[in-house]
Order: sequence, then C-alpha cells, then structure tokens
Amino acid sequence: MKVTDISRLGYKAETPVTENNVIAAYTGDLLSDVMGNAPDDSVLITIQAHKNTVAVATLAGIQAIVICNGRAVPDDMKEAAEKERVTIFTTKENQFEVSVKISQLLK
Amino acid sequence: MKAIPINTYNSPNVISDLIFQLKVKDVMNSSPISIGPDATLRQVQYLMKEQKITGVPIVQNGHLLGIVSVDDIITALDYGTIEEKVYQHMTRNLILLQDDMPVSFAISYFDKFKFHRFPVLNKQKELVGMVTSRDITGKLLVELNKTLESLEQQNIDTNLKSTINRVQSFSIKQKDFESAGYASTQIKKLLKSSGINPKIIRRVSVACYELEMNIVVHSFGGEIIAEFSPEAVEITAKDYGPGIKDTALALQKDWSTADEWTRSLGFGAGMGLPNVQNASDEFHISSSEKGTEVISKIYLNQEVTK
Repeated sequence: MKVTDISRLGYKAETPVTENNVIAAYTGDLLSDVMGNAPDDSVLITIQAHKNTVAVATLAGIQAIVICNGRAVPDDMKEAAEKERVTIFTTKENQFEVSVKISQLLK
Repeated sequence: MKAIPINTYNSPNVISDLIFQLKVKDVMNSSPISIGPDATLRQVQYLMKEQKITGVPIVQNGHLLGIVSVDDIITALDYGTIEEKVYQHMTRNLILLQDDMPVSFAISYFDKFKFHRFPVLNKQKELVGMVTSRDITGKLLVELNKTLESLEQQNIDTNLKSTINRVQSFSIKQKDFESAGYASTQIKKLLKSSGINPKIIRRVSVACYELEMNIVVHSFGGEIIAEFSPEAVEITAKDYGPGIKDTALALQKDWSTADEWTRSLGFGAGMGLPNVQNASDEFHISSSEKGTEVISKIYLNQEVTK
C-alpha cells in the first residue's frame, strides 16, 4: 500500500502526504526499540510527538508516523518531517486501535 | 507491437554495443530439430508436438530446402493434405540470416518480415541454427544483466573512491535533543549516495544514532567522527565526561541511568549500547572520568548481513 492509503482511515495529515510505498508497520513509544526493530518502508504508530521521532523514522526508513491519543504535533516536528518527506498523521484513537486498522490495510 | 521492441539505430549505448557485438550465432539455437523432404506433414505435426516447437527446417545433406511452420500444418489439416510429403507443401521462399551477422540485423529482420523464426546458414550455405525473437530477447536479457551488474559495481567503486579516507566530524551538545540525529542523518545520506547495501546503511544508522543520543543524554557534550574507507565505516563517539562507572553494566540490556525526562521522550531504556554492539562488526568502549570513547566499525562489503 501507499502512504496515501492511510488517509482513508480519516486521520488528519499534518504534513504533505507522500506517494511512498508502505509494506509494514511498527507500534512503539520506545524510540531505541523502534530504531532497532522497525522494518524498512513501514508506518510507525506511536505517541512520541517530537522532532526526535522524525530523526528515528528517517534513519530507520520509516515512511509515515501516526501520532495517537490526540497528541499535538509541534511545528519543528512538522518542519523536520516535511524536509525528510516523512508523512505525519494525527488521530484521537490509541495505538491499539490504529494498529488494528493499519493491519487491515496492509492485508 | 514490434517483435523485438528495441530500436536498432538510436538505443542507449549499452544496448547498441550489445546488439552489434553479439552475433547471430551467439543467440541462435544451434541444434535445431530438422526433418528430411520425404517425411510427411503428419510426421512434422507429431515432431512439433513432441519437441514443442512451431517451425521445422527441411534439410537434405546439410542444405536447407524449406521450412514447415504451424501455419502450414493447419492449412494441411484444413485441405486434407496432412499425409502428403513435406517437399510438396513447405515454404521455399525463405529469408535467411548468416551466422556472423550482428544481432541488430536479426532484430530488424523480425520487424521487416513477419516470420517467427529465421534459419541461420554458415558461409558454406549449410544450416547451422534457427533464431526466434525469444532466443534474442532471452540472450539480450542475460547479457544486459551482466553489463548492468558490472556498471553498478563500477559505480560503487567510483563513489567509494570519492569518499575514501574521508572523515566527517560532528560536534554534539549536551541535552540538545533539538538537533539530535543530525550527524546520523548526514552519514546515512553520504552512504546512500555511495550506493551501499541498504541493510548495512541501516546498521550504521542504528549504531551512529544511538551513540549520538548517548552523548546528548548522558555526557557533557562530545563529537561523532565518521571515517569512510572502501572497506568499512568507523564511527567514533567521544565525549568530555563524566564517564561510565561500570562499562560492563552499561552494555547490559535494559540497564539505564537516564532521567525521567529523557525516558518520557522514548529514550533511556537501556538499549542504546547493546543496539550499537549488535549492529557493529567491531566494537570497543573505554571510559574514564575525563570521557568515554566508543568505536563502532561496520564492514561495507559483506555477503552476510547481521
């Protein structure tokens, strides 16, 4: 699937939505764990709404981040994401709910 | 559509070179199944079915007399002439290729004439092979693969040469979460543009980022130095203290001395150094009150990736 498909879940895009391919997903708030274990070309489901999440995403080859529980995305995070062409979505749903829906999309 | 969708006069150089260098004899089927002129069309029909071929050259004493194609067989079945001899019904008006012609000739023949196969003769006018468009595309793909592979290799070699002995260093400030990850991202970009295997880049990224975060989180500040050679990337993380009391303990998974704030950002879970160690081919750590130095070396050319 593509990053654009995540928009279908009704999540708000905080940055321009790319056409990049997504083949997997990873859920986690512990960024060291995400860094070490998230697969390439994945979408990250997390509550870590700060700039460092974008750095981890860029280094780990993560294409999109879904920020859960209605956490606000600071501007510097959006800027960094836009620069690195990582798409950020936000939602009121929690990590579990988002994971279930993304797993459906990936099927 | 063209039988072989390759332009014989203004294709990319790699293709042009290939189709001029390759000769018909390199791509042809050099042991074609043939039959004599006195066989019946029925025998040819069975031969085609048995050998899964669609055209049979008719040969006498090594010399080509004609061809019987599936079309001829269908016509014979239609008109009830299937039991008659092949010399009465074979196609005699043949377009021939010579074995030392370049493949580009064959390609243009397939475009010009609507035949599915051409017989190939040597200088003595003996039948030495048959060529179908499939033979040509198959062989071309094999040759293209080889050429592309060597081009890619050249590319990596030249890119690596430009980064040989290149050293980049980045200064890292204490608690500067704002720009954390900058050094790692730059190093990753450099490796990516050098065409290094993505799995290896990923390992360098992990090691570099964890080391960078360690300086941000735990030290008074320091630097990340990346040294590139054609064989390996060596990341050195140096800081100005306060040092790690027990490095063995620090290397243990889940051991952490990070503060609450760092943890709330998703770091400081005691995975950093173990992650670095896992990603590295060579790993050294030394620490005193004056500072800590960690060296992580990752080989670039290896078949087996961690």
